[in-house]
Parts: sequence; structure tokens; C-alpha cells
Amino acid sequence: MKLTINGEVRDLPGLDPETPLLWALRDGVGLTGTKFGCGMAQCGACTVHVDGQATRSCVLPVGQVGEREVTTIEGLSPDGSHPVQQAWVELGVAQCGYCQVGQIMSAACLLKQIPKPSDDEIDAAMAGNVCRCGTYPRIRAAIHRAAGGGK
Amino acid sequence: MKRTLRGLGALALGAALWGCSDPEPQPEPGPGPAAGIEDGGAGDPAGLEAFETVYAVLTHPRCMNCHPAGDRPLQHDASVPHALNVQRGPDDAGRVGMRCTTCHSQANHDQPHLPPGSPVWRLAPRAQAFEGKSPRELALQLKDPAQVHMTGEELVAHVRDDALVGWGWNPGPGRSPVPVAREDFVAAFNAWLAAEAPVPQEDE
Repeated sequence: MKLTINGEVRDLPGLDPETPLLWALRDGVGLTGTKFGCGMAQCGACTVHVDGQATRSCVLPVGQVGEREVTTIEGLSPDGSHPVQQAWVELGVAQCGYCQVGQIMSAACLLKQIPKPSDDEIDAAMAGNVCRCGTYPRIRAAIHRAAGGGK
Repeated sequence: MKRTLRGLGALALGAALWGCSDPEPQPEPGPGPAAGIEDGGAGDPAGLEAFETVYAVLTHPRCMNCHPAGDRPLQHDASVPHALNVQRGPDDAGRVGMRCTTCHSQANHDQPHLPPGSPVWRLAPRAQAFEGKSPRELALQLKDPAQVHMTGEELVAHVRDDALVGWGWNPGPGRSPVPVAREDFVAAFNAWLAAEAPVPQEDE
């Protein structure tokens, strides 16, 4: 099976098409930035982009990906310089950090489609990403900051 | 009304649906019942009985959960608002960043508590809310061209052929399927139309 991940075509021979995309990424390709949280699309920790859309990789059978392009946190920027990542660092968003990869991927999806989102648009886009540390105020602030070009 | 009838052509089924036996010109349909339709009273008993089956299916959680009254889908057999504040969005398929397909893939999983799937996953238009509707309200709604956005022919095809409608009979583990066989539902729908789509009285 072939998957396009972060702009590269990766061959994953013998992969069961029912395998969740998350495990193809982590175990098959070795991209461990994407996290396992709940395994049932209830927390958002495993969020990646599939053709630019935020998608829960823990419940997407890899056989359904087809030729669509998968982007993981590793593909967002080569050096952590994506505006969302920069805003996250500048505001110290993360506490324990476990959910933050998923948060950042959802935020990046939002900003690509709505460059200057309102609080309501942020809340709607981020509603499926749970943070047990409660960093939601900083997440919202960082998205606004990234929308303003990091200022 | 005239435009609708032209769209239906000579389809007797569609003619029955819109109650077009009245040859007089009718005003454009408004938010109320479609023009020219006899409301209740003289309803054909067999047609009304058929509609009881139709109503039971349309208000079953597997149908109603994606025909909600508001801007949030419903879920589970209890038809509670969808978890994670999932919202309808402008195209009935979610908001930016939280599309239906963010979590719902193309097929069900074989384990419970996972998001079910179908090749298409979206809400019905808000004008086609089934939630909270009485039998009379739902019958009138189905007959109102301004709300239904489908011709009689398209309505029959929707209940008979649509893949997402069909998911209601194959909802995966942990969800009750529609309790009436699909072919029986389609037969009841056609029987109701053939009886000129009688509308139940309010207290029925």
C-alpha cells in the first residue's frame, strides 16, 4: 500500500487496509509526533490533515485514504516555524503537552481556511480537541496571535 | 405549484403527492402547506395507516438524528445532542475544522462506541427537520415544495435508494436499526402517496 505523507510517497507493504492511519504513521513510517489518545475520535490527540482537512487518524482505516495527501505535525514545518507553532511557543500554550499536536493541527487547518477566525469559529473548529490540563484560553489566544502574523 | 408540477411531468406518483387534481392556478407555495392539498378530514384510511408506518420510521433515531430541529446533530438511541458541540455548518456537513468527515469515515467499524460511517455523511437541510414534529406537521412538511426541496420522484428515490438513508438499517454495533424493513417502509411511503398523501388530524 502506498500513502502520500508529508509530500512523499511511502510504500507500506503488507499493511492491512483496516489498520487505523495513526498506526500506519507511528509504527509503519515512524512518525511518532501524532499521538494516540482515546482511539475512538473523542479527544482529537491523533489529528492529522487529509487533503487539508482535520481528520482523526485513530479511526480512519488506512485503506480509505487512497491518493489523498496526509500531513502530520512533522510535515507542518521542517523546523517548528509554522505560525501556529511559533504562537504556541511564544504564549507557552502547552502544559503537559500530550494533546498539543492535535490542537496545533486543528488550529492550522482552521487558519488555512479562515485566516482571521472569530472566537466562535475558533471554538467550533477546536471543539473536538480535548485538553485535560485546561489550556483552552491560551489555545484561543495563540490562534488569534498566529492569525495576526505572530505579533 | 405550477413549476413543481412541470418538474414532476406526468408522474402519477408525483401528481398524487402534490394533490394536483385541482386544475385552477395556485399561488406559489409559502411556508405553510403546499397549495391545493386537502388537509386531514377526508383522508383515505389506508393512506393514513400507511403514514403511521412512515412516521414511525422518520422519527426513529436512525432517521431523526440527522434530521434535527436545530443546528446540532443528535446521536445514540436516546437522540441526545451530538458530543463535542458538533454543529451543522453552512453546507450541513459541519463547521471548518470539525467536518462530519473529521471523525466519520466511509464505513462502520465492527466495534461499538466508534463513529459510524457511510460514503456520504451529512445532515438533512434544516427545512427537513423531523425532530419534534407531530404526524400532521410531518405530513404537511413532506408535501410542501418550499420545504422538501425534492420532487415526488426524488423523495421516493431518497427513501428507496439513498446510501445514507440505507445506513439506518445497517447502523453498526450499539445502535438500533430502523425496526421496519426498508422495503416495507418504501411500500408504505408509496401507499401514502398513492392515496393522495392524506394528512392526519392533529390529535392522531
